[in-house]
Amino acid sequence: MEMHSKKRIEILLEAPAQKRLTDLLDRLDVNGYTVLPVIGGKGHHGVWSREGLPSAAGTMVSVSVIASEERLDEVLRPVFELVRRHIGIVTVSDVMVIRGDRF
Amino acid sequence: MSIVDLAVQNLVSPMVLFFALGVTAALVRSDLSVPEAAAKFLALYLMLAIGFKGGTEVSKSGLDAAMGLTILAGIALSFAIPMIGYTLLRLTTRLGAVDAAAVSAHYGSISIVTFVAATEIVRGLGLTFEGYLIAVAAVMETPAIVAALLLARRAAPREAGSQGESMGALLREVGTNGSIVILVGAFFIGWATGERGMDMIAPFIVDPFRGILCLFLLDMGLVAGRGLRQGGRELSPALIAFGIYFPLVSAALAAAFAAMLGLSVGGAALFITLAASASYIAVPAAMRLALPEANPAIYLTLSLGVTFPFNLALGIPLYAAVAARIAG
Repeated sequence: MEMHSKKRIEILLEAPAQKRLTDLLDRLDVNGYTVLPVIGGKGHHGVWSREGLPSAAGTMVSVSVIASEERLDEVLRPVFELVRRHIGIVTVSDVMVIRGDRF
Repeated sequence: MSIVDLAVQNLVSPMVLFFALGVTAALVRSDLSVPEAAAKFLALYLMLAIGFKGGTEVSKSGLDAAMGLTILAGIALSFAIPMIGYTLLRLTTRLGAVDAAAVSAHYGSISIVTFVAATEIVRGLGLTFEGYLIAVAAVMETPAIVAALLLARRAAPREAGSQGESMGALLREVGTNGSIVILVGAFFIGWATGERGMDMIAPFIVDPFRGILCLFLLDMGLVAGRGLRQGGRELSPALIAFGIYFPLVSAALAAAFAAMLGLSVGGAALFITLAASASYIAVPAAMRLALPEANPAIYLTLSLGVTFPFNLALGIPLYAAVAARIAG
């Protein structure tokens, strides 16, 4: 099967800033993104969990975007500029997709 | 009833005991937990119920000048308390300007669950209160956020400079926060539908109210206990002391206003509780947007792990006793 090489940007971000990020991705006109809740983890400030929290503060979401290599920088720069001040991690990885024209 | 009797009666109430159970379960690392979605539902329920009840009360009593004056007093307090809190934090702790501003925003704003717990205590004493205090609670949420942002921007303009968005845009984000929308919305629905509306939904919002409050407080105990276990090291003795004495400073200010406003004993107790409480739902989320450089482990742990239990166990009976003196 023919596969196409793309870049996957994964942004782990504190939940209160999620709307700002997805608004930015809309403005950048990316072809799509996926938002997933994150159950818990461990970071600089120790173990955390979203269980029981009545407020968005203290919870995290994971937003992933698949983009072509040519568009990577154009998307990554403003995304990182937004995430820089917040609690978050941005990673980029190589992925293979089947429907290359979608991204 | 003496203040000691009041405090003892409060300490053995199911609400405080369920909160204590939650804290204990978290400290002994029990796997007891409330799912996040359930916690959000419980908070929504409590805000809907308290908002609706307040609106119904206002529909019975009607509007008067006292309501407008109390709302103005609430706004003034919510704006002034962070200024005082910030100054005390900078003088007595090692917190930087941004962290101090973020913490002070929590104390200027209000905790609706502390307010709800106080209404139960006030009702338990056979007292009534002015229904419009729900509206006062709603307007006291945001001025503190503005005050804290102004303080942070003046002291640390580079760190607190926003990401290009104006104060107006931030306030829109904060003002449309779900907890404020449901509280204010339910208040207006209760006001519009009055006793007829209350009769229709009382089996949902009156009868199960105390049980659901206990379940929510169990969850708050779990979150507070977990916060203390993990974030406790972020709190210096001076900060912990602030979490206990500062509500008393705010309470004293509010007591002076309550006496001038001529509130009833129950109303004065609730007004003082509003000023003395510290937010842990709306403001932490707002601070993550407005001052992301501030450390959330400090303000969440201080507000929920220190001030909330203090107010729940000892503060509210004390405020009720003060209210009886000034308004009785």
